[in-house]
Amino acid sequence: MDKSLYAARRLTSGIFLTLSFLASLIGLGALALILWTLIQQGSAVLDTSLITEMTPPPGEKGGMLNAIAGSAIMVGLAMAIGTPLGILAGTYLAEFGYHTRLATVVRFINDILVSAPSIVVGLFVYELIVATTGHFSAFSGAVALAIIVIPVVVRTTEDMLTLVPNQLREAAAALGSPRWHIVRKVSYRAAQAGMITGVLLALARISGETAPLLFTALNNQFWSTDLNAPMASLPVMIFQFAVSPYKDWQQLAWAAALLITVTVLLLSIVARLLGGKRASP
Amino acid sequence: MGMMEDRYRGIARAARQNAFFSALTLLSAISVLVVLGGVIATLGVGAAPAFQTFGFDFFITEKWNPVTERFGALAPIYGTVVTSGIALMLAVPIGIGIGVFLTETCPLSLRRPIGTAVELLAGIPSIIYGMWGLFVLAPVVQAHIAPTLIDVFGPIPLLSQVFGPPGYGVSVLTGSLILSIMIIPFISSITRDVFETVPAVLKESAYGLGCTTWEVVWNVVLPYTRVGVMGGVMLALGRALGETMAITFVIGNAHHINASILQPGTTISAAIANEFTEAVGDLYTSSLVALGLILFLITFTVLAAARLMLLRLQNLQGG
Repeated sequence: MDKSLYAARRLTSGIFLTLSFLASLIGLGALALILWTLIQQGSAVLDTSLITEMTPPPGEKGGMLNAIAGSAIMVGLAMAIGTPLGILAGTYLAEFGYHTRLATVVRFINDILVSAPSIVVGLFVYELIVATTGHFSAFSGAVALAIIVIPVVVRTTEDMLTLVPNQLREAAAALGSPRWHIVRKVSYRAAQAGMITGVLLALARISGETAPLLFTALNNQFWSTDLNAPMASLPVMIFQFAVSPYKDWQQLAWAAALLITVTVLLLSIVARLLGGKRASP
Repeated sequence: MGMMEDRYRGIARAARQNAFFSALTLLSAISVLVVLGGVIATLGVGAAPAFQTFGFDFFITEKWNPVTERFGALAPIYGTVVTSGIALMLAVPIGIGIGVFLTETCPLSLRRPIGTAVELLAGIPSIIYGMWGLFVLAPVVQAHIAPTLIDVFGPIPLLSQVFGPPGYGVSVLTGSLILSIMIIPFISSITRDVFETVPAVLKESAYGLGCTTWEVVWNVVLPYTRVGVMGGVMLALGRALGETMAITFVIGNAHHINASILQPGTTISAAIANEFTEAVGDLYTSSLVALGLILFLITFTVLAAARLMLLRLQNLQGG
């Protein structure tokens, strides 16, 4: 009697633990399946022409140099705008205004903005810049991406700065250093690796962002470095090419998808290794 | 005397620089609030014509007709809620299962690699999910998943409507499946993190009473971490509601409310992504912006609730 009850409990436990193991297999399997499809489909068309030629009209051979360059320009500009703002705001939260009510509110709102739908950011920048200037532009695309960068950098900067032991700050203060000096020479130094992790995570995040670019930077079939004109980007190119009925466009889309995914995953892995601890997704 | 003056000047300069730097950080912090205010204000202004024209009917009208300029948000709102709901139903057990596996049964040396691998799912850009969903998952849904569901649920009265006539793989179900894969890592990583906060003493006492591993998880770990797990689930829900590109590829952009999840539908984000650049006329554009505002307010509420739950947990632990 007792024994059979115990056996039943053991069995239940075994069943549920097996299920939890299967759940992990599903997660890992999904990752493997997606990566396998990307490698299989994308590597079939990997070719140096991808990085030397422009996006072709349907039916012709070509590459995606203009999309790669466009992505690099807009992502670079977005990082240049978003990183300093994010680091400064994070510094305020961790160093200058830690206990203020403003910091509590900013922290809360920032945590929400980290997960806010990126398409809404696209709409916002459309209304703010595209609608007022009357045309789509690479600059507005970069601004949209920068808005996505800021909360990510704020979050990690604050987290990493709060990990810096206060004794370090006190020691520097005892030597007569002014506050901003302490922040730059002590806190930033100590939190450097973690802060770079945050920047890399933000970079990884916006490298694949599509929705905010759809109606800001739009797309461009040709080479363009004009910030005031529509500009091609890898994600928007994938969107356009993948849903097209043309086989060679679809293949280019797969190649671009492989390129983006490898870049993004490498960035997140490097960020993790640098950060030393798990950074939340 | 000169040396003292130099020193005073130095101190005064340091104070000025200090004030400048701290003001700079304050302004940057405020910019976060400005972004939030800016989003709500500009979308509000952009959406005003649609709300003025349609009033409350905007929320309860299914019709979406660019030709006659009649717009209603009901179908996209419905699609957003249904896809996210199904995605949660699938992703919550799987995500929590992964959390249990990683904290209870997984060999120590494998915990980090497996945890990292699952979290990498969150790093894959959503456009990649969309493309994969369209070319790989949708055909599987059409050829295998949908027929199986129809076979199983077809004879049951009400469910035969939900798993109604077979479609072409581009469907609400396909969108939900893609969404569920995307949000698994959010649930699993938060679940694992909160599971790890359970004091070993609690678990050990339960084991000491003779509990099996599952009984410890179910009766000790889960009740202890309930708020945190709920927070993780809400966070995942917030992500699912706003997800755009992955859904846009596979849902079919049909502005109908269809009882069957095997048929095409639309979501707020998919409607905006598909139609915004082609929208002709102020009312059309304004209606799409209104959809965006609704989406933002819904996700804002859900994410705020998630954060409050996670904050409460943090405070409970005095962390």
